[in-house]
Amino acid sequence: MSVTQTAAAVPQSQASTRHAIELIDVNKWYGEFHVLKDINLQVSRGERIVICGPSGSGKSTMIRCINRLEEHQKGRIFVDGTELTNDLKKIDEVRREVGMVFQHFNLFPHLTILENCTLAPIWVRKMPKKEAEEVAMHFLAKVKIPEQAKKYPGQLSGGQQQRVAIARALCMRPKIMLFDEPTSALDPEMVKEVLDTMVSLAEEGMTMLCVTHEMGFARQVADRVIFMDYGQIIESNEPNEFFANPQHERTKKFLADILH
Amino acid sequence: MIDTAIPNQVFVRSQLVETLPAPKSEVGPLAWARANLFSGPINSLLTIIGFGLLAYILFALLDFLVLRAVWTGENREACLGPEVGACWPFIKAKFGQLVYGFYPVDERWRPNLVFLLGAILIVPLMVRTAPFKLANAVLFFVVYPVVAFFLLQGDVLGLPLVSTRIWGGILVTLVVAVVGIVASLPLGIVLALGRRSQLPIIRFASIAFIEFWRGVPLITVLFFATYMLPLFLPRGLEFNGLLRALVGVSLFAAAYMAEVVRGGLQAIPRGQYEGAMAVGLGYWRMMFLIILPQALKLVIPGIVNTFIGLFKDTTLVLIVSILDLLGQLRAAFADPNWATPVTEFTGYAFAGFFYFFFCYGMSRYSRYVERRLNTGHKR
Repeated sequence: MSVTQTAAAVPQSQASTRHAIELIDVNKWYGEFHVLKDINLQVSRGERIVICGPSGSGKSTMIRCINRLEEHQKGRIFVDGTELTNDLKKIDEVRREVGMVFQHFNLFPHLTILENCTLAPIWVRKMPKKEAEEVAMHFLAKVKIPEQAKKYPGQLSGGQQQRVAIARALCMRPKIMLFDEPTSALDPEMVKEVLDTMVSLAEEGMTMLCVTHEMGFARQVADRVIFMDYGQIIESNEPNEFFANPQHERTKKFLADILH
Repeated sequence: MIDTAIPNQVFVRSQLVETLPAPKSEVGPLAWARANLFSGPINSLLTIIGFGLLAYILFALLDFLVLRAVWTGENREACLGPEVGACWPFIKAKFGQLVYGFYPVDERWRPNLVFLLGAILIVPLMVRTAPFKLANAVLFFVVYPVVAFFLLQGDVLGLPLVSTRIWGGILVTLVVAVVGIVASLPLGIVLALGRRSQLPIIRFASIAFIEFWRGVPLITVLFFATYMLPLFLPRGLEFNGLLRALVGVSLFAAAYMAEVVRGGLQAIPRGQYEGAMAVGLGYWRMMFLIILPQALKLVIPGIVNTFIGLFKDTTLVLIVSILDLLGQLRAAFADPNWATPVTEFTGYAFAGFFYFFFCYGMSRYSRYVERRLNTGHKR
């Protein structure tokens, strides 16, 4: 397939320190079901990648493998030079460096916004409480909701909650950010505030992997758009070319379906 | 062409409609009574029957416990007679026995001090705004049990030994209940986590423990611990009888608690685990900082349910010759000086008030905690 053309253009490196993320022949099964098939992907530092595809195509599963929320059964995954294996220490190491934003926010409802943001820095990074709160307020200001710090997640709108989730991830000062359909659960009028936050993050040079169907966002910030289906990478290209000139039949059909 | 046919097709509101107070028939006590008590002929009838029954029972109680009750007297003579209600002098005469059992009269300041210390420590622990929570908790959960034990048992610092055999009454009821409650919750949490563990040995051990203790009646546990266990232990190795009962009650309650807590754990969505893992929290931090605080909050009613059940189950220690409040009460019934037709009713009424006071207290406190912790979902 034409899939690996771009991937193959990047020289393979086993040491993998040159790449932020490297997936080599990754395969995964849920019982009998083969969800990920021979995934090869290299992500450079600072690269912004948008992943799209129909539901059940394995796109969420793939990015969840990158911080080991899902386990892959074959192949190798390197994140910032660390290989993901059963070694719990390595997994913790990777999770410290990789922030993740979920479709349903997954904020901790029993903690205030500020506590949501300071929890991991205090307990994982061993940051003093005062410093952690300063960092948290800095990032809450960045996502434009510092005034909500004392509230609980249940008191915020969906868009605000998702921005808190982004701030919470940023408080760990991650090198890589993963977004798993961050706007899919939002009311339409709140999508923009979350996308704006993500755009500003992209402009600062964060390495980002984003599963989304927001094609406007992909056009605006992505360095590469990846289309997945049936657990495989079907097509990968830079955005203008990807949208103007899709190569694979499935890509064409998918784009026609979502762009109406 | 249409705009003349339908003149107000275009409509722009120029002024917002003001909010008006609800009509009288929708708010206030009268509206409430009409909606909840007299909303139809059947409901009205049920309300009237219900209130009638309630009034009848309350009056009968008031009549027996207060109006016809005997308040003074030295022995059974005072409480004899055809129209006599509750015999309160009996409770007064036996009060020391009901509270302390056969604890020597001269040493009763020791349980009193233990009660007082417990009250002083537990009240600020339960009031949210009280300061020094951590120090307070350490004092209550770690220091207090040790101090209380040596103070009650004696044999140190010149205090005469008071064997646990002669402890009794409310003292024993509270010791068994408090130890059971304080021990069963952490043990239950550990068992619940164990039952959901991914490590097969830990999981199966937890399941076996829980199912065993839930599968046998508490009476069997107490009986076994008291009369059978010594037969299996090597000669000379013997545990205190009260201690055996305490361990039995705690393990028994822990098994129930474990299932309550597991119910809470299962109600926490997967996203919370993933959110916690994604920010880099390990298993224990995830559990203690994220999952358990939410899970325990959800099952407060179940936890308190178990506590209340445990509090009342403590009366079963009676069958292994530990005389708790109920045991002492029954012993007191046997006193011929107070043998009257109303003695038993009076005694059981007293015990009923005691248990109701504590159980209803726990219930109210749990409602307060639930309301206080209900921060997560309020909008």
